[in-house]
Amino acid sequence: MSSLAHTLRDSSTMLRRNLLHARRYPSMTLNLLLTPIILLLLFVYVFGDVMSAGMGGGADRSQYIAYVVPGILMMTIGGTVVGTAVSVANDMTEGIIARFRTMPIHRGSVLIGHVIGSVLQSVASVVLVGAVAVAIGFRAPDATALEWLAAFGLMTLVALALTWIAVGMGLVSPNAEAASNNAMPLIVLPLISSAFVPVDAMPGWFQPVAQYQPFTPAIETLRGLLLGTGIGDNGWLAVAWCLGLTALGYCWSKRVFDRDPK
Amino acid sequence: MPSSVMPTSPLSSSPMAVSATGLRKSYGDKTVLDGIDLRIPAGSVFALLGPNGAGKTTTVQILSTLITADGGQARVAGHDVAASPDGVRAAIGVTGQFSAVDGLITGEENMLLMADLHHLSKREGRRVTAELLERFGLTEAAKKPASTYSGGMKRRLDIAMTLVGDPRIIFLDEPTTGLDPRSRHNMWQIIRELVSGGVTVFLTTQYLDEADELADRIAVLNGGRIAAEGTAEELKRLVPGGHVRLRFSDPAAYRNAALALREVTRDDEALALQIPSDGTQRELRSILDWLDSAGIEADELTVHTPDLDDVFFALTGSTDQPKEAVR
Repeated sequence: MSSLAHTLRDSSTMLRRNLLHARRYPSMTLNLLLTPIILLLLFVYVFGDVMSAGMGGGADRSQYIAYVVPGILMMTIGGTVVGTAVSVANDMTEGIIARFRTMPIHRGSVLIGHVIGSVLQSVASVVLVGAVAVAIGFRAPDATALEWLAAFGLMTLVALALTWIAVGMGLVSPNAEAASNNAMPLIVLPLISSAFVPVDAMPGWFQPVAQYQPFTPAIETLRGLLLGTGIGDNGWLAVAWCLGLTALGYCWSKRVFDRDPK
Repeated sequence: MPSSVMPTSPLSSSPMAVSATGLRKSYGDKTVLDGIDLRIPAGSVFALLGPNGAGKTTTVQILSTLITADGGQARVAGHDVAASPDGVRAAIGVTGQFSAVDGLITGEENMLLMADLHHLSKREGRRVTAELLERFGLTEAAKKPASTYSGGMKRRLDIAMTLVGDPRIIFLDEPTTGLDPRSRHNMWQIIRELVSGGVTVFLTTQYLDEADELADRIAVLNGGRIAAEGTAEELKRLVPGGHVRLRFSDPAAYRNAALALREVTRDDEALALQIPSDGTQRELRSILDWLDSAGIEADELTVHTPDLDDVFFALTGSTDQPKEAVR
């Protein structure tokens, strides 16, 4: 078998193992879905009118739905990959990983299986949270099929980038608790991005924090694709962030995984 | 790293399954392996015997390509562990000290996972899985998550998973530690069956009877060095011969006997005397004659032949151990 076929076959075996875990123990996946859904309901039904008025649209929470949903969707991805960090850290404490390391299999397949499984979970989570958003009134009437496709492509790319980072975080964490702490930035960053309020509305000293981080350009691009707001440079910035984080996360994870286990 | 070819003795008739020279490994300033050499002929059972912390697991981890050595060379199944780890991996099966099963999925799924990773066809994978589950008495538990298995069942599943790839060399790191006596004897039976199938078995153990029972050759590992190596018989010959032990209940009789028999070892607390003896009938008769003529009557007489325990304590005891050369 060629080495590429070998890689593909072993990775798909590992992916099946991870999907089996996720299906057998869905509670963590579902728990991680609760946070974005609760935030969505909270911001729309409790704060919605105030937020809308503050952004100059009158006290009309249905307008705020449109603003907040792209942010919530990106947040969903951030939350899902925290689960990845935890499950990678858990997995590394299992004896079976040592067995994999002494078998004639493609070494990276263990990580690739985690990454693909996690990206699929992220996409599924986005669809579920998106369905809730549609149920409470989110609409994107002007978005073309191509824009929808690009929106999904962008979210998949973000999921891929964040997952590789989360895998690295999971690998350097000695246990599940540490992994969950180490992956905290993936939850916090969207909170301090343009997910809930525009960067312009933030205090001047804080604006750079919100501006120069991966979530803001990704969210602005998603807004542009679904709602027709201006994308500007955000599209390229978002893709650049994703490619950079993917490369960084991949190299980091590979280096940590190739080290001798303790 | 340049890999040099291991010198192989022209006298050796069977090829070496495992050979190592000068293996070294340290963690920080703690030296775990201090230059060990091994030669294990194919088709034999080799036991690495030693107390906790002697470096047994580290040796297995290096030979099975899980970790890299700091120094020295090792070849397993003809492949250098550092230069061609995948060649080694294709030939070996490893059952580590801590169960290497996926507890979240069922026993059967664990087996099918191994079959997939060995690139068996779907049908072949199912066949091998069913066969091995049956052989290790796990058919009934096949559909239950492995985390619900008992210690003995987990260990059996572990070995069954190791056998999926039909390895020629099997490493078993403390295969019976933590098992109840019955599971332990089951495991011994399993290991004997493996050997009769022609594979080479490298096992580590802290139990002397286990090494004695299973192994063709035994190496005693202590403090990161091989203290002795040979067959069980050869090792037993390393310690001074056996003795006859006389125990007394009356202190006065004990003292008289100790005075009358001068060439004996005294154990004043136990009121016991030890007379060197190889345990043969002839020697026993002459000892009894000697005791009769001296008018000594012991309350208890036992014949003690050296066993691996004596060897082990003689080799690993800290009291009469020669000081290690300064590094």
